[in-house]
Amino acid sequence: MLKVEIYRYNPDTDKAPYMKTYEFDTQGKDLMVLDVLEQLKAQDESLAYRRSCREGVCGSDGMNINGKNGLACIKPLSECVKNNKLILRPLPGLPVIRDLVVDMTQFYDQYKKIEPYLQNDTPAPAIERLQSPEDREKLDGLYECILCACCSTACPSFWWNPDKFIGPAGLLQAYRFLADSRDLATEKRLSNLDDPFSVFRCHGIQACVAVCPKGLNPTRAIGHIRNMLLQSAT
Amino acid sequence: MVTSITSFGRSGLYDWLIQRVGAAVMAAYTIFITIYLMTNPELTFEQWHALFGQLWMRVFSLVTLLSFISHAWIGLWAVLTDYLTVRLMGNKATILRIFAQMMLGGVAITYLVWGIEIIWGFN
Ligand code: SF4
Ligand code: SF4
Ligand code: FES
Repeated sequence: MLKVEIYRYNPDTDKAPYMKTYEFDTQGKDLMVLDVLEQLKAQDESLAYRRSCREGVCGSDGMNINGKNGLACIKPLSECVKNNKLILRPLPGLPVIRDLVVDMTQFYDQYKKIEPYLQNDTPAPAIERLQSPEDREKLDGLYECILCACCSTACPSFWWNPDKFIGPAGLLQAYRFLADSRDLATEKRLSNLDDPFSVFRCHGIQACVAVCPKGLNPTRAIGHIRNMLLQSAT
Repeated sequence: MVTSITSFGRSGLYDWLIQRVGAAVMAAYTIFITIYLMTNPELTFEQWHALFGQLWMRVFSLVTLLSFISHAWIGLWAVLTDYLTVRLMGNKATILRIFAQMMLGGVAITYLVWGIEIIWGFN
């Protein structure tokens, strides 16, 4: 039997969060963590977590799995269970609403700050704004982000200053628009980032890179932003 | 854009650059002194005195000292704004942090003046 320990907290009834242990029979199958949660929820309806697509696309079931952030739906037990134990906690650093459900407001506020939409005041062409294949390639490794928050909630700088440091997810998206040949707001975007917190709180430890379930590299994107700032200011 | 008036240069990029350039200067100084000591195993007081009597050595030492102080200021400012924050400690954090920064500033200026005195104050 697999031992599953889950962080439980219902602010209406619990004074404090606690870990609840469940016994789970995998029947020898290498299930995904989300499958385990679904079956446990069938037994214990009070268990709360977010999920939607169950295939690593929507980004809603980011959680801390045996100490490492990841998406429950694409994390096989064989990759995370240690000593026959599965320990599930909410994403670290964000306020807990209930059990594994966190309040993502701070995360989205930072995302909003980088103005995550194409800005171009020139008259729109009849069909679409074209881009050369080379320019399009520059967006690879950036546009794939599903905003699951696994990276930002694994980042110590984001834990301490979630109101001031944009965090890896937001910065990856900031660079996604800085790198877009169709976007014309580059200078404005850069000047919004040149304070001691927004970008420069990143100390390059790459905790974000280690957890991204889509294999993206926010640290590299942050390095590109820093170089762009350097080029425009010197 | 986050406003911040207590950081070193008030611009993240500026602080970052100062810290990197400073780090390079400190590395160069360390390497220089190490090599100098290794190639002069029988170092006498007169030799050491003559080395620091040179203008370029005094400038090099002063620039290293300035790098050291700005490096420490920027680094410790980051540590203070990580842990002594209103988010973690409530309103008293601001007073505490400003106080801690003034202490650090005092220590930094003392070392600077003292260092200048040592480097330039002898003949
Ligand atoms: S960069 Fe990766 S970990 Fe971060 S939000 Fe995007 S997909 Fe999730
Ligand atoms: S590399 Fe930067 S953004 Fe990534 S976890 Fe470290 S401090 Fe955070
Ligand atoms: S449920 Fe959509 S990413 Fe896991």
